Amino acid sequence: MDHALDTTMILNGAPVSRRIPARQHLIDFLRDEMGLTGSHLGCEHGVCGTCTVRVDGQIVRGCLTLAVQANGKRVDTIEGMSDSGELAVLQQAFHARNALQCGFCTPGMLMAAQDLIGQKRKLSREEIRAHLSGNYCRCTGYQSIVDAIEEVLQTDVPHGQG
Amino acid sequence: MGKAELPLHAPGTKTGRGYIGQSTPRANAKRLLQGRGTFVDDLRLPRIAHAVFFRSPHAHARIGKLDFSTALKAPGVIGVFDGHAVAEYCKPWVGVLGHLKGIKSPPQHAVAIGRACWQGEAVAAVVAETRAQAEDAADLIEAEWHELPVVTDMQAALEGKVVIHPELGDNICFQRQFVTEGFDEAFANADVVVEETYDFGRHTGVCTEGRAILADYNAAEHTLTVHHATQAPHMMQDIFSRHLDIPESNVRVICRDIGGSFGIKVHVYPDEMATAALSVMLRRPVKFVADRLESFLTDIHAREHRVTVRLACTRDGDIIAFDLDDLTAIGPYSVYPRTSGIEGNQVVNLTGGPYRHKQYRANMRAVFTNKNVTCQYRAVGHPIAVALTEGVVDIAARKLGMDPAEFRRRNLIADDAYPYTFPSGIKFEKLSHHQCLDKLLALMDYERLRAEQAALREKGIHRGLGLAAMIEVTNPSPAFYGVGGARISAQDGATLRLDPAGMVNVLCSVTEQGQGTEGIFAQIAASVVGVSVERVRVTTGDTGVTPYGGGTWASRGAGTGGEAVLQAGKILRSNILDVAAAMLNEDKAKLDIVNNEVVDKLTGAAKATLAEIGRVAYFRPDTLPMRFQSELTVTRHYTPREYGFTFTNGIQASWVEVDVETGFVKLLKHWCVEDCGTIINPMLVDEQIRGGVVQGIGAALFEECLYGEDGQLQNGNLADYLVPMAGEMPDIVVGHVETPTLGSELGAKGAGEAGTAGASGAVMNAINDALAPLGAQVTAMPFTPQRILEALGKA
Repeated sequence: MDHALDTTMILNGAPVSRRIPARQHLIDFLRDEMGLTGSHLGCEHGVCGTCTVRVDGQIVRGCLTLAVQANGKRVDTIEGMSDSGELAVLQQAFHARNALQCGFCTPGMLMAAQDLIGQKRKLSREEIRAHLSGNYCRCTGYQSIVDAIEEVLQTDVPHGQG
Repeated sequence: MGKAELPLHAPGTKTGRGYIGQSTPRANAKRLLQGRGTFVDDLRLPRIAHAVFFRSPHAHARIGKLDFSTALKAPGVIGVFDGHAVAEYCKPWVGVLGHLKGIKSPPQHAVAIGRACWQGEAVAAVVAETRAQAEDAADLIEAEWHELPVVTDMQAALEGKVVIHPELGDNICFQRQFVTEGFDEAFANADVVVEETYDFGRHTGVCTEGRAILADYNAAEHTLTVHHATQAPHMMQDIFSRHLDIPESNVRVICRDIGGSFGIKVHVYPDEMATAALSVMLRRPVKFVADRLESFLTDIHAREHRVTVRLACTRDGDIIAFDLDDLTAIGPYSVYPRTSGIEGNQVVNLTGGPYRHKQYRANMRAVFTNKNVTCQYRAVGHPIAVALTEGVVDIAARKLGMDPAEFRRRNLIADDAYPYTFPSGIKFEKLSHHQCLDKLLALMDYERLRAEQAALREKGIHRGLGLAAMIEVTNPSPAFYGVGGARISAQDGATLRLDPAGMVNVLCSVTEQGQGTEGIFAQIAASVVGVSVERVRVTTGDTGVTPYGGGTWASRGAGTGGEAVLQAGKILRSNILDVAAAMLNEDKAKLDIVNNEVVDKLTGAAKATLAEIGRVAYFRPDTLPMRFQSELTVTRHYTPREYGFTFTNGIQASWVEVDVETGFVKLLKHWCVEDCGTIINPMLVDEQIRGGVVQGIGAALFEECLYGEDGQLQNGNLADYLVPMAGEMPDIVVGHVETPTLGSELGAKGAGEAGTAGASGAVMNAINDALAPLGAQVTAMPFTPQRILEALGKA
């Protein structure tokens, strides 16, 4: 059981080196070892999307990724992306429309939403809904989340594009 | 409406209602958006230990020898305990209430002793330094099992060939019979009688955050601090106190952020009680967070009813009577302290709810089975009562050849008929069924949709339109739980304090799980005192800090907690003006508070900021008259008492397309018009409705806890148990009628459960409207493609 590997990653912009048990999931490493409790554990079997974080620019399930897989990679979490201001426009849109209630799914939902915003193209509500289909929210019924993302996409995409 | 006397002068508003009625974004959402909330599992305490439970793999079995020897030697293990060990620290409980006549249930222990009665019941607890170590050690427990006969079928439970708790005599937990005088005659003389049997699948809450508790016992002080994902901190304080034998005042329950609750987190759970007991036993903080698989096995389930309903009416279409027969299965124990009799009881209370018939008969039985326990989940009983009522109403309309909207218009209780006593005995203060129906039909453009439906039918496209009128129980009086002996508070309290810098600090006993209670309390406080909403801070969820109260359940936060905030705010405002009058040496009657300042009531001229009032009151009271003492902290409480419940009403509509080849249902659109009384924040109300509607849609189309005959849960994970996801959900249009309750000055009735109450029935009626021309109908929720194809004779 004592397999551990020396692991180095760029976590929210700063290098982090730890000896990490091979069996530890990325989400547990982030929450338990690094105190980054903004990403949550919802199902631990890859369905709910609550633990979504970004590794080398791709959104991944923190509960299906081993922490040692992040070796040599860039890991971004809700805390870092809030502080850098990257999520500010989306967060503002979510706040204005109450696109969250309990807020437990919200960090993961914002990760999925930002992934869509980053694609810089015009999308229908159905396409937005389809993109969010890997993120479970029990509170909102999703409509306000779709509204918020749609609004940001409309303001973010330069005229004539998409 | 009687609300004109409120001194609401919020800055920037000219309506005289302040922030009441404004869609102000809630302040507490900001931390959640940055991942800076504090959920129980986010807390870190020194010497924290982690509890994991070894659970029964059998639905019903005697527990033989439990061998902990290997587990105890595993790395990081602090202790392994069986039911006897935990019971020395935690007394068992019995989930009955005095006013539910005849309800019975056996004593239940935190950790099972001698016997497990459902798959997933905790039979041992492992405590270790990390969760992973505790899970590893739990795998090393050796248990000897002697399987017992399993009762999973409701009818078999009722017949009682196998009695789960022999000492109780039979498997009937609770039953209620009811009949109005003249019922038989009414049915005998009816022109038309229709009948149908409906099945409602078992489903559960699936909160994104699992149940979570961190209990921290301090042996030096004999105090217990519990960080708990619960809706009712004071109720839990009382329960920890009585069952762990710690004085009530030594128990503090703190609820920071909670990841959804929906009724799931308002009950006493054995593993949570065991965690608190383990903290006492081990004299250190112990945490337990239910993982997703445990949640499916042990979070309360709900529904599982089989109901036969009959409706009698005249040939002109006047409903004369309803006849209900409800059988529901509640698992092996009635859940403590609210009991598992309430859902069936509510079905009896609410069936036929919106209509003006005079005759009613009901027969309801709740039986024990060897499945997980069921109890109160969002909209308790309403989705069942609404769906079976609205289903049989549609059948009657179809039989009479009447349009379902017209049939409802003919039978809904008239808007000028209040106060009104319903045949089941419940009383309505003032409802607005007809206004809601009219508004709904206009909002959805009913006639156009009917024309579209007819046109598409010719092309072989099967669309359906379903209506569901509803009533919803809110703001329960002490008659709901208190009179039955439960130590559950129907009253709530709020403390408002003017801080020295002119901010208003609010403490309220109603809790926040994301619905926005803290936001609306800030709006109410700001409006009543006369400050901008940014100058209000709200704290909830801490028995050591807030006034005493019931917490969050039964859509009572706005109506009960909000009224307490309003009443405290009125007095605080008056007390601030007392200080101002003394300070300025002016007549109090000539002063007002507007926009964070004391002003001259007539001229509006600024007299002093609230910060100046605070400075003088707290730091320079020597400048005030000798006998003057400022009172800038005010507490007020509120209990709804005039009616057993404050009822709300509304109506929903669903527009669906059924693929008759695959059985798939596409939700095209959904509408809800409801009357929650005074609307404090329209955006938050709309979002409560939408979220609630989607939970009701989940019950109608996707969600079911599937058990085998052996009592094994077959789909207890998020891959196999389907929940509504963004892709399948429709846009939901919400409209309002506003009929404030006269029982309180605020007039808010509550909005938390209306969406869930009516959505499943509306979807069912829409599907059956689509299927009707094909001579098919579905009656068993959830309406899976398989069931729809079966109804069409294609499966």
